[in-house]
Amino acid sequence: MVNFELLLPELTLAGTAILVILLDLIIPRKGWLAVVSLIGVVVAGGFAITMWGGSSQAIFNNMLAVDSFALFFKLLFLSIAFLVILASADYVTKFSRFQGEYYALVLLSALGMMLMAATAELISIYIALELASISLYVLAGFLKDPKSTEASLKYLLLGAVASAVLLFGMALVFGFTGKTQLGEIAQAIQSLSLSGVLASPGLILGMALIVAGFGFKIAAIPFHMWVPDVYEGAPTPITAYLSVASKAAGFAIILRVFYSAFGLPSWLSLDWGLIFAVLAAIGMTLGNIIAIPQTNIKRMLGYSSIAQAGYLMVGLATVGFSPAADIVGRSGLLFFLASYALTNLGAFIAIIAISNKLDSDLIQDYSGMSRRAPLLALALTLCLISLIGMPPAAGFMAKFYIFSGAVKHGLLWLVVIAVINSVISAYYYLRVVKVMWLGEPASKAKVPSSIALRFALSISCLGVLVLGIIPGYIMKLAELAAKMFTF
Amino acid sequence: MDFNYLTWIVFLPAVGAILIAFIPGLSGRAIKWLAAVFAFVSLALSIYVFAIFDRSLAGVIQFEENFSWIPAINAHYHLGVDGLSLPLVILMSLLGFLVVLISWKIDLRPREYFAWLLLLETSILGVFCSLDLLLFFLFWEIEVIPMYFLISIWGTGRKEYSAIKYVVYTLFGSAMMLAGILSLYFTTGSLNMVEIAQGGLAMIQSMMPAGAIFLLLLIGFAVKLPVFPLHTWLPDAHTDAPTAVSVVLAGALLKMGGYGMLRICVSIFPAVAREYGFILVILAVVNVLYGAAVTLRQNDLKRLIAYSSISHMGYVLLGIFALGQVSMVGASLQMFSHGIITGLLFAMAGLVMHNAGERDLRKLGGLARQMPIIAVIFSVAGVASLGLPTTSGFAAEFLVFVGSFSSTTVAGIQLYTILGVIGIVITAGYILWMLQRVFYGQPLERFKKAHDADILERVYMFIFVAVIMLVGIYPAILTDVIKMGVMPIVRLLGG
Repeated sequence: MVNFELLLPELTLAGTAILVILLDLIIPRKGWLAVVSLIGVVVAGGFAITMWGGSSQAIFNNMLAVDSFALFFKLLFLSIAFLVILASADYVTKFSRFQGEYYALVLLSALGMMLMAATAELISIYIALELASISLYVLAGFLKDPKSTEASLKYLLLGAVASAVLLFGMALVFGFTGKTQLGEIAQAIQSLSLSGVLASPGLILGMALIVAGFGFKIAAIPFHMWVPDVYEGAPTPITAYLSVASKAAGFAIILRVFYSAFGLPSWLSLDWGLIFAVLAAIGMTLGNIIAIPQTNIKRMLGYSSIAQAGYLMVGLATVGFSPAADIVGRSGLLFFLASYALTNLGAFIAIIAISNKLDSDLIQDYSGMSRRAPLLALALTLCLISLIGMPPAAGFMAKFYIFSGAVKHGLLWLVVIAVINSVISAYYYLRVVKVMWLGEPASKAKVPSSIALRFALSISCLGVLVLGIIPGYIMKLAELAAKMFTF
Repeated sequence: MDFNYLTWIVFLPAVGAILIAFIPGLSGRAIKWLAAVFAFVSLALSIYVFAIFDRSLAGVIQFEENFSWIPAINAHYHLGVDGLSLPLVILMSLLGFLVVLISWKIDLRPREYFAWLLLLETSILGVFCSLDLLLFFLFWEIEVIPMYFLISIWGTGRKEYSAIKYVVYTLFGSAMMLAGILSLYFTTGSLNMVEIAQGGLAMIQSMMPAGAIFLLLLIGFAVKLPVFPLHTWLPDAHTDAPTAVSVVLAGALLKMGGYGMLRICVSIFPAVAREYGFILVILAVVNVLYGAAVTLRQNDLKRLIAYSSISHMGYVLLGIFALGQVSMVGASLQMFSHGIITGLLFAMAGLVMHNAGERDLRKLGGLARQMPIIAVIFSVAGVASLGLPTTSGFAAEFLVFVGSFSSTTVAGIQLYTILGVIGIVITAGYILWMLQRVFYGQPLERFKKAHDADILERVYMFIFVAVIMLVGIYPAILTDVIKMGVMPIVRLLGG
C-alpha cells in the first residue's frame, strides 16, 4: 500500500504544471499564469512544511525517501522556484509565445529536482535527473536568438554526454554489487573485504564516473565547460535558476549517493573525500582566476558559480573525511546551499531589473548605477559582498560554518586555499561594486523596477541579512536535515 | 548590570548610519548634525563607562554582556571591556566624534559619506569590545567595506588603486586569521577569548601545532599594525584617503592589530610568544628604523605622516613582544597616544592642504604668517610625536623603552631597545624638518590668501591637545586601567 500523502508536494507541483499549460490555451491575460504557478508552489510548500518533523519513511519499495534531508531540499527548491517565477513575471513578456510552457517547465524541473533530493535508488535517480535537466535544456533556449540557441544546444549536448557517463558509472556499480537501491549497495560493499574490492577496480571506476556525471550538474571543474556560455545565453531568470537550483540538486544527490552507498568503510569515504578535496581546490582557484577578466556580468557570475561549487565541495570532502555519525560536513553544506541560493538569486534578480532597462549585461554599463537606482545598487552590493564571504551577509556565516567542519577533520590545507581564494574573488566582485558606486552614470534616466521584482529582491536580501546575522535557526534546520537516514 | 552600555556604545553610530542612509530628504546640514549627535552620545557613554570602571580588579572583564548567538557553533554575543580594550574604546569613540567635526566641510555625497563613517566607527568599536572570536572577526571584516568606499569616493590621487590595495591586503590578512580562528575553535571547542586564554593547555582537545595557529592569527594582525614587510598598503591608503578617514585609519584602525596581538596572540599562546618573541622584536626594530628612515625621504606631507606611523607602530610591537609588564603597558599607552597624536597630525595636514591648496613639502613654506594657530597646534602635535615630556608621546615611549630594556623574557632585548631608541632621534629630525619646511622661511606670494583655522576647527584642535597634555602630565589616568588588563597576561607568561 503506497501512502500517497507523502507525495503531496510533488503531486501538487505536477498538477499545477499541467493546469498552467491548459489555462494557457484559454486565458488571454498571461499574467495570471504566473499567479497560478506561484499559488501551486506555495501550496506544495505548505504540504512540505506540514510533513517536517515527521518520522523518516520510504515509499515505492524504498525508491523514494521522505526524510528531513529530502524535505529541506524540497523547501529550498520550492523557495527558489517561487523567487524565479516572481522574477520572471516581467521578463516573459519578451517571449512572443509559449509563456504557459515557460512556467510549466520551471515547475516541472523543480519537480525533477525535488525527486532528485528524495530518490534512493539508481534508476529513479537517473529519471529524476533527466526530468530536471530536459526542462532546463528547453528553458535555456527560450529566447530563440543565436546566443540562447547556442546555449541550449551546448547544454543539451554536454548534458547528454554527462548523462551517458553517469549511466555507465551506475551500470558498473550495479554490475559490481548487483543492487540499485543505495542502502543495499552499501551493504554489498561493506560485506566485502579490502582485497575483494581491490581485486575488482570496476567499483572505483564506477564511482569516478558517477562523480563525473554529477560534476556536470554542479559545475565542478573539469566538467564546467558549458557554464559560461549557457549562463550568458540563457534568459536571465533561467540563469539564476540554473545557478542555484540545479547546483543544489546536484549536491543533494551527491550527498545522498556517496553518504548512503559509499559512506562506509571509512577508507572508501576517505578516497572519494580526497577526490572532492582536489576538485574543490582546483575548482575554486580556476573559477576565481578566470572570472577576473570577464566583462559580461552573467559570464562573470558563471565563473563565480564554478568557484562557489568549489567551496561547496569543501563540504563534500569534509563528509568524506569525517566519521559517518558526524553531521558537521553535511549540515555545513546544506547551510551553504541555502545561503548561496538566496545570495545568487538576489544578485540575478537585481541584474534582471537593471538589464530590463539597459538591455545590456556588460559590467561597464552598470556605471553610476548607485545614482540611477540606489536601492538596486545597494541590493546587488550586498549580494556581491555575500558572495565574497564578508559579514554581515549570509556568505560569511556559510563559509565559516562549512570551513569550520573542514578544519575539524584535518583539512586545514584546503581551508587555507579556500580563504585565499575568497581574497582573489573580492577583486572581481568589488569591481562591479566599484563601477556602480564610483562610475559616472551614462544617462540620468532612473532605472525602474516592477513590484514583483522588488518583492523578490527584498525577500532575498532580507534572507541574506538574516542568515548572516542570526543564522542560528537555519543552522538548526540544516543540522536536523543532515541526520539523513539510510536503509 | 541592567543597562547594556557596550551595546549602546557600539551600535549607536550604526543606528545613526541607518537613519542617515534611509531617511529621505535630509539636508546636508541635518546629516552632519545627526552624525555628530550619534557619535557624541556614544562618546559620552564610553567616558561614563571609563569613569565608573573598577580600577581594582585585575584581569576581570567588566560591563560584560553574554548571550547565546548561534548555538550550532557555540558562538556568543559576548561584549566586555577590560584594561586592554577600554582605552581603545575611548580612543575610537573620541576620534569618531572628532572626525565628524573634521568632516564638516564635506559636500560631496554627504549622505553616503557620513553613513559609511559611522558604520566604520561601529565596526572598530565592535572589534575592541568583542570577546567572542566569531563576533570579533565579524566586526573586523565589516570595517573593510566602509573603508573601501570612503577612500575610493572621497579620496584624492590614486584613490581607487589605494582603496583596492587596502582591501586586498586586509582580506588576505583576515583570511589567514579566519583559518587561525577556525583552528583555535577546533583545538579548544570554544570561541570565548577569555575562557581560552584562562583555560590554557587544559582546553586542548585535539592536537594542532600551536605555532601554526599563532602564525595564522599573527599575519592577520601584522597586516593591520602594520609590520614590515606587510606595510606597503599603509602609505597609499593614508595618503589618498580623505583627511577624516586618515585620522581614523592611523588613529584607531592600526590599533586593531596591536590589540589583537595582545588579546589573542600573546594571551592565548604565551609559550609560543616567548619562543618566537625575539623574531618579532627584531621586526619591531626594523619597523622603527626603516619606517623612520623612509619618512625622512618623503616630500608629501600626508605620506610623511603615514610613514611615521609605521615607525611608531614599531614601538608598539617592541613593547608587546618584549613581554614585560611595563613594556606591555607602554605599548598599550603608545597605541592610545599615537592615536591622538597622529590623528591631530593628519587633521592639521588636512587643514594645511585645504587652506593652502598644496601638500608638497618642496612647494610649501612660510605659512606661519598666514595660519599661526595651525602652525602652533601642528608643532605641538609634532613635538608630542617625537616624545617631548609633558606630552603623551613621552610617557608612552618612555614606558616602552624602560619596560623593554628591563624585560627578562627575550634574550638580547637590551640591544634591540637601544637600536629602537635611535628611532627617536630620526623622528626628531623628520618632524622638525617638516615643520620648518611647512611653516617657516620666507612667506610665499602664492599663499597670501591662505587663511587660518575657523572656530569649529579650533574646537577640535583644543580637544586633541587637551587629551595629549592630560595623558602626558598624568599618564596614570590610563596606565592604572591598562595595568589591570596587562597583569593577567604577565601571569600567563609566568614572569
